[in-house]
Amino acid sequence: MSMPNLRVRLFGIACLVMAIALPFCVSTYYTQFLAKALIMGMLAMSLNLVVGHGGLVSLCHAAFFGLAGYVLALLSPRYDAASLLTTLPIAILCSGTAALLIGALVLRTRGVYFIMVTLAFGEMLFFFFHDTKFAGGSDGISVNIRPEIAIAGRQLLDLDKPMTFYFVVLGFLVGVIALLTMVVRSPFGRALAAARDNERRARSLGFPIFRLRLTAFTLSGALAGVAGYLAAAQFGFVAPQMLGWHQSATILVMVLIGGLRSVTGPLVGALVLIGMEEVLKAHLDNWKLVEGLIIIGIVILLPNGVRQIWSMVFGASPQRAAEIKPAAAEARHA
Amino acid sequence: MHDIALRAAGLQKRFGGLLAVSDVSIDIRVGEIHAVIGPNGAGKSTLINLLAGELLPTSGEVLLNGADITSLSPDRRARAGLGRAYQKTTLFAQFSVHENVRLAAQARSTAPLRMFGGTRCDRPYLQLVTDAIDRVGLSARSQIVADKLSHGEQRQLEIAMVLATNPQVILLDEPLAGMGPSEARGIIGLIASLKADRALLVVEHDMDAVFELADRLTVMQDGRVVATGSPQDVRVDPGVRAAYLGADGGIA
Ligand SMILES: Nc1ncnc2c1ncn2[C@@H]1O[C@H](COP(=O)(O)OP(=O)(O)OP(=O)(O)O)[C@@H](O)[C@H]1O
Ligand SMILES: [Mg+2]
Repeated sequence: MSMPNLRVRLFGIACLVMAIALPFCVSTYYTQFLAKALIMGMLAMSLNLVVGHGGLVSLCHAAFFGLAGYVLALLSPRYDAASLLTTLPIAILCSGTAALLIGALVLRTRGVYFIMVTLAFGEMLFFFFHDTKFAGGSDGISVNIRPEIAIAGRQLLDLDKPMTFYFVVLGFLVGVIALLTMVVRSPFGRALAAARDNERRARSLGFPIFRLRLTAFTLSGALAGVAGYLAAAQFGFVAPQMLGWHQSATILVMVLIGGLRSVTGPLVGALVLIGMEEVLKAHLDNWKLVEGLIIIGIVILLPNGVRQIWSMVFGASPQRAAEIKPAAAEARHA
Repeated sequence: MHDIALRAAGLQKRFGGLLAVSDVSIDIRVGEIHAVIGPNGAGKSTLINLLAGELLPTSGEVLLNGADITSLSPDRRARAGLGRAYQKTTLFAQFSVHENVRLAAQARSTAPLRMFGGTRCDRPYLQLVTDAIDRVGLSARSQIVADKLSHGEQRQLEIAMVLATNPQVILLDEPLAGMGPSEARGIIGLIASLKADRALLVVEHDMDAVFELADRLTVMQDGRVVATGSPQDVRVDPGVRAAYLGADGGIA
């Protein structure tokens, strides 16, 4: 294993250890806050499969997130807990199917048109839940009782305990990181990135671009479903805003802050954005304005995202190790 | 005597009021290099794009091993055994030479879209990749990002990517343009070596190379075929002399 690779792994393990230790060191409020931030990080990472790796700027990602939340809300009995083991797969299936159907239409467009058509489909879903009464309309709908993880009537984990919920989220997060890392490094992931770099050449080599992108779009939507389900379970409430364009844009900002070229960059972006909001909210009245200025500053000064700070501090950046290698080789040949 | 691998019949392509390709029929046979020459704007690249599927003809048809592929997409044609290199370098600019060629080989491997496992476990085609890089003479540069290569090296990489897909029919659009003399020599030798079990169509402006390589020669002008036949016959064709070289012309 090469040096930067080893360093990345050690850094990852250190982060995980910290994430495990944190809830034991902070108050319940912050445990819940962290769980919320990790869920948003999961959502941003799922979007980045399409944006960063696929090169397609989608503005309807929140729709898949919100849809899964609504699925949980609608499947939850009024006075009883829904079973996570059955409702989560259904929620993922719904989000994935919605992504498949929307993707099949929007992926026929390119560039600015793609952005606009995804926006239109996202808004369609928003108004569907906003203007129909079956799921509470504009008021939203609540999940009265958190879903439970139970087998044969025996409860395995109590999601009402903030600490337990946090660790369940952390478990899903690690799973999503592992899955995305595997996909990005696989032949599929390389082909997806190749199509981003030069669609024409990728097609002339024989890659079926449409199928490639539709698969990525569907997987991305399904993973957004995991995040949406967990978010609805945590807040106990879903409203149309959860799938609106404003939410989609926020996720995109997380991706931009964290950097497009790595799996975990958007997670860092989400933590930075949500952490920053928390701090600013507590101290400033016009915090939105300051937040906007800081985001502009980050994007201008660190075009590769917050994770670029790593390379400024330690030399080689973890996510760019692969791209730096060729440069190093070039120096040898020179 | 040779099998016709790729056949175009009555191809026509209209861009608005311009007939870029007009009633072009051409056969490309296994074991032969078919060179296409003609002045700038004659429609050579358009012809290649019609054969490769990047443009759809206004009329006419394209047959690959006898099967009609006229309306097949470029990726389907590639998977059916057609490989092409571009006149205007078209690479994965942010990826290394090795990754460019590896992606080409991956596209034609048994599981090109596998979603698990890295790209290093595919031993059989990785050998194909190193061979292709070796044959175009880029072994020493294989870790360099394509964007950072010299123009001539990018042309070599174009050809390595075609090789790595191991196509049965190869379409090359001005493969030598922008290469230094010694690289060009290497590539000419390489192109000659490819025809043994393949069919090649080569568009080229370098007449020495054309007459060295071509088994069959087609001359185009204003979208039409002016002459076609063996290089010797075409060389003395009065129509070609008048049209392509000017009245006083002398090829080679
Ligand atoms: N996409 C297009 N839209 C409109 N006109 C085009 C297009 N592509 C090519 N043409 C025109 O068609 C004609 C033939 O172009 P083509 O590129 O096939 O010529 P060529 O023989 O390859 O020339 P060169 O030797 O310069 O490469 C030219 O007049 C060109 O301007
Ligand atoms: Mg041309």
